[in-house]
Amino acid sequence: MDKFRMIFQFFQSNQESFMNGICGIMALASTQMYSAFDFNCPCLPHYNMAYGLGILLVPPFILFLLGFVLNNNISMLAEEWRRPQGQRGKDPAVLRYMFCSMAQRAMIAPAVWVSVTLLDGKCITCAFCTSVPVETLGNASHPLLSQGEIERVLARIPCKEIYNGQELIANEVAVRYLRCISQALGWCFVLLMTTLAFLVRSLRPCFSQAAFLKSRYWSHYIDIERKLFDETCAEHARSFAKVCIQQFFESMSTDLVAAHCHLPRKTSEDAGEASKKLLGITDQGTMNMALKSWHRCKPPLHLHPPALPSGNGWAGEGQPPVHPSTPRRETAAYYSLV
Amino acid sequence: MDRFRMIFQYFQSNSESVMNGICGLLALASVKMYTCFDFSCPCLPQYNMVYGLGIMFIPPIILFLCGLILNRQSLVMLDEWRRPQGHRKKDLAVVRYMCSSIMQRAMVAPVVWIIVTLLDGKCLICAFSGSMDPEKFAGFANVTPAQVEQLLAKVPCKDDELMRNNTSRKAVSRYLRCWSQALGWSILLILIVAAFLARWLRPCFNQATLLQARHWSNYIDIEQKIFEETCCEHSRLFAHKCILHFFESMRQEIKLHNFNLPGEGERDEGEEDLLRGITDQDQVNKLLKTWYYDKPPLDVNQATQR
Repeated sequence: MDKFRMIFQFFQSNQESFMNGICGIMALASTQMYSAFDFNCPCLPHYNMAYGLGILLVPPFILFLLGFVLNNNISMLAEEWRRPQGQRGKDPAVLRYMFCSMAQRAMIAPAVWVSVTLLDGKCITCAFCTSVPVETLGNASHPLLSQGEIERVLARIPCKEIYNGQELIANEVAVRYLRCISQALGWCFVLLMTTLAFLVRSLRPCFSQAAFLKSRYWSHYIDIERKLFDETCAEHARSFAKVCIQQFFESMSTDLVAAHCHLPRKTSEDAGEASKKLLGITDQGTMNMALKSWHRCKPPLHLHPPALPSGNGWAGEGQPPVHPSTPRRETAAYYSLV
Repeated sequence: MDRFRMIFQYFQSNSESVMNGICGLLALASVKMYTCFDFSCPCLPQYNMVYGLGIMFIPPIILFLCGLILNRQSLVMLDEWRRPQGHRKKDLAVVRYMCSSIMQRAMVAPVVWIIVTLLDGKCLICAFSGSMDPEKFAGFANVTPAQVEQLLAKVPCKDDELMRNNTSRKAVSRYLRCWSQALGWSILLILIVAAFLARWLRPCFNQATLLQARHWSNYIDIEQKIFEETCCEHSRLFAHKCILHFFESMRQEIKLHNFNLPGEGERDEGEEDLLRGITDQDQVNKLLKTWYYDKPPLDVNQATQR
């Protein structure tokens, strides 16, 4: 019991810190992904915008979904949401609490990606280089260039090696301008996110603190109950298996005794533990038979009380594995020693 | 009891040190952020000032808010401030003490950012290069005012083709950097002197009130932690009881429906307990199905539920 308690406290106190840890790891993974990613602006008029905005917005969406997938509690939320009411009422506040806390954690890695992207500036430079104000920054009066031509020239801004519009607008000037805008957007985005987080966190105790405590308690309860139930089932399965197998060996040994008309083996007092564990199977042939019938014809999932007469429950070959509804099933199939 | 005490002491000593640790980490993070950040002044007349001052002041606000968010005590303080009075009186001195200690810790990272920015100098050069007086510098003397504005705005950009070898650019740069670093060191000195005085002179005023406020703010923090732990412990026991009752009621139901007289024979006591009377595939399936479709009510008072 004490060990149980220690493990539980570990899980409980660490469930939150475990989730926070995963959250932090994903945020770091997202910065790492960004620095490892080889950004390659296509430098073509309509592709730039699609590429730039795509790199800005698609990975955050993926990271957001990944945040949900990696969260163990999503299945718990779904189960609680879909279960029939039965004898236990459903509290939508608890569901909302669970969903909000999961969504908040899942939002961190995408927000990190968007901030890092904006602060770095490559995406915005790529996406909006055709919208640079040439009149103010460069030479708008450059002759003989149609709108389409100008656009094509501007689209090559991110690719310095092939840029040929130095007379139209200097490459460094345009890049600096776009990067400045991008960084300003980035910092504003981070400020906005931080302010939102701050408001959410600090306004909550001012309103509905009691409801919050209630939702938090019951959502933890549901989590613990599910874990405890799984553990109890696992314990039960273990005992079930143990007794089932014991009965299998016993009935094997009993059948052999019946088939061979052996005198029941008397385990001498001093043979003790070891021979008890042998469960009546003491030679190679018998063991082989036991293994073969374990493979070919597993015993039914039905533990009969040990006081029943022998021969019961031993299903010979060819008998289908059954679901017995009555405990006293007389299976008079005898195994023949072939 | 002993274990309780050990845990108590752990929490007592560690609440403050955890807060200090977070404070230090944020300060380091702010330095790291500054070095990683690719400062790129736009070198355009109106944009310079906005960019420079923006980089100097917006990240500190962000760091300050982060410092408040990451500090667990801020929630405790808000809770204490907003709670209804009930049977326990509210002492505003405690709330004020907590507030001031939270603010002090949250201010460290922003101040570090500002000082690092000033000592590095890039922000101020970017922001104020356009406001320089061109007559002080030789290279800008023979230029029209409109062009002067453009040239001065380009001073922070070393690689710009106009500015590459311009000695006046270097002069303006050095001048602004000198001011920036002087400002940085002065602010640092003032802050350290202020902190020193505050810490030295504090025992001269209201020491008793301070000790009380500190004790009770610690108390509120520990009480909150222990309440959360007790709730966890309680919910674990509640769940345990609930599940046991569920298994028991399943066993009763099976007994009723099957008219089964289970030979509670010579099976191991331990195994019997663990099996809880469920000894059949069908019974297990029924149990699992009932667990999903019809969870037991949250009431462990009744001995049996059906």
